Amino acid sequence: MTQVVLANQQNDEEMTLNMGPHHPSTHGVLRFIIQTDGEIIRRAVPDVGYLHRSIEKIGERCTYPGFMPYTDRVDYVAAMFANECWAMACEKLMDIEVPKRAQYLRVLSGELNRISSHLVAAGAMAMDIGAITAFVWALREREHINDFLEELCGARLTYNYHRIGGVSFDMPKGWSDKVKAWLDNFEPLIDEFNRLITLNDIYVKRLADVAVITGEEAVDWGLVGPNLRASGVKWDLRKEDGYSVYPELDFDVVVGKGKFGTVGDCWDRFEVRVEECRECVKILRQALVKIEEHPEDDIEGKLPKKLRPDGEAYARVESARGDMGCYLIGKGGEEPYRVRFRTGSFTAMGIVEAKSPGLFIADLVALIASFDVVAPEIDR
Amino acid sequence: MSPQDIFDRLTKELGEDVVFDLHADPKKDKDPWFQVAPAAIARVGTRLKDDPELACNYLECVTGTDYPTDKKIHVTYHVYSLSKKHRVVIKCFCDRESPSLPTVSTIWSTANWQERECFDLLGVTFEGHPDLRRILLPEDWEGYPLRKDYKEKDSYHGIPTTRPNPVELFAIKLPEKPGAGSAEKPS
Repeated sequence: MTQVVLANQQNDEEMTLNMGPHHPSTHGVLRFIIQTDGEIIRRAVPDVGYLHRSIEKIGERCTYPGFMPYTDRVDYVAAMFANECWAMACEKLMDIEVPKRAQYLRVLSGELNRISSHLVAAGAMAMDIGAITAFVWALREREHINDFLEELCGARLTYNYHRIGGVSFDMPKGWSDKVKAWLDNFEPLIDEFNRLITLNDIYVKRLADVAVITGEEAVDWGLVGPNLRASGVKWDLRKEDGYSVYPELDFDVVVGKGKFGTVGDCWDRFEVRVEECRECVKILRQALVKIEEHPEDDIEGKLPKKLRPDGEAYARVESARGDMGCYLIGKGGEEPYRVRFRTGSFTAMGIVEAKSPGLFIADLVALIASFDVVAPEIDR
Repeated sequence: MSPQDIFDRLTKELGEDVVFDLHADPKKDKDPWFQVAPAAIARVGTRLKDDPELACNYLECVTGTDYPTDKKIHVTYHVYSLSKKHRVVIKCFCDRESPSLPTVSTIWSTANWQERECFDLLGVTFEGHPDLRRILLPEDWEGYPLRKDYKEKDSYHGIPTTRPNPVELFAIKLPEKPGAGSAEKPS
């Protein structure tokens, strides 16, 4: 489907189309200006910034702990990771040690959040392509995770769960058993989901070989997370950096294999997310057992009396949308001097203009959906 | 390779007037950084990517920071090598009045959007950039918000940028009781 010959330039019947900002398939408020030749795109230019709220400027005006709730808004579909990234940047800068139990709680909350984010991604992508059922199916399971996280920290979407040096609450009583029971229930449902949509013949034909991104391109354009892994690059910060307690846990890194087409096509990006849910289940099972080795309520590390660091640090975590980095400069004040968030969606959008020539308009929708971009994460 | 080794290698190859000033205080600089002469950043970038010992193929982050007291804008590049697993942090000190740098988007494509963001929010011009426009803010926005002396305009196209304090808006004003208040006031 990608081998489309562009129409000759002489009888120029180019048309400029506007897509968005309020298009149902743009995952937030996002606009494209598309130059087309019939159904074929010559150039699609993304126009972002509709949800820009200057989170970096806000960071310069908040105290270090006071900025935590704002980081939720960087990526509201997977807010745990922005929380964790900010906490880790502060901890790295101020040499704060996090107790083991708090780190396990971070892993637990993070992996639950990763499943819920991937479910939204997979469901919404299927819906963009035209299969409504998968979305409802995915949201049904996500609702359980929202309940768990609500029990853990009181919020269903913007958690504000992490603290500098730890987390805010320990697990409630009986929570661990509930999660275990749900995991037993959820794991076979992944196979059901695969039968329902991932391996569906129509769906495979629609997505295989569409918008192929090679591994080299993906690294060059700074794609991260599932998008990078779908291009065949085995790169997961949980393995590479080994931050938190991930080295103690056993899991695999899922990469795209080009089962039905070429490595790095839209179907691979979809499949990597679905299969990653399986790995998350693996991690969660181990973490729920191992967390019991550490004393209860030991969830906040020792903080210095005054949080007034001088220096700079760059921390990164593997968020649901890949490598999320936080660059932090302190100058001895109560507020940071400079905060910078580097997000996966922003760099993923950068490649769209380069990849769009020759795609069908309908395939552009598939491409954006397969990147799993979240508009506030692009615009911050 | 450790940051010290990378620094030594680069100074040896490119000269001490191009790569200099290594900061590696473990208390302050959690990721050791060094300076690069602004005009030579593209040359250093090419070296970082092409040298098989360095192999820095992944540009993580481009950050601009304003230092009005020094009259400088620092542009920081976090570069990482996926194969060698080391990070290089480079800073370019630009003049604050007319900050300008050669682009690195020809070396790492991902710099394209990150440099546009830096231009948008701090006003750093990247020479040779293929498409240097504002990215997050509207085209006709005035000023560069991440500069420390930036002052927001009162309104943008007639849309006010501030709003009244909601606490004052919703403060409950109790109605005065007839007789109670008027007794004190001489009528």
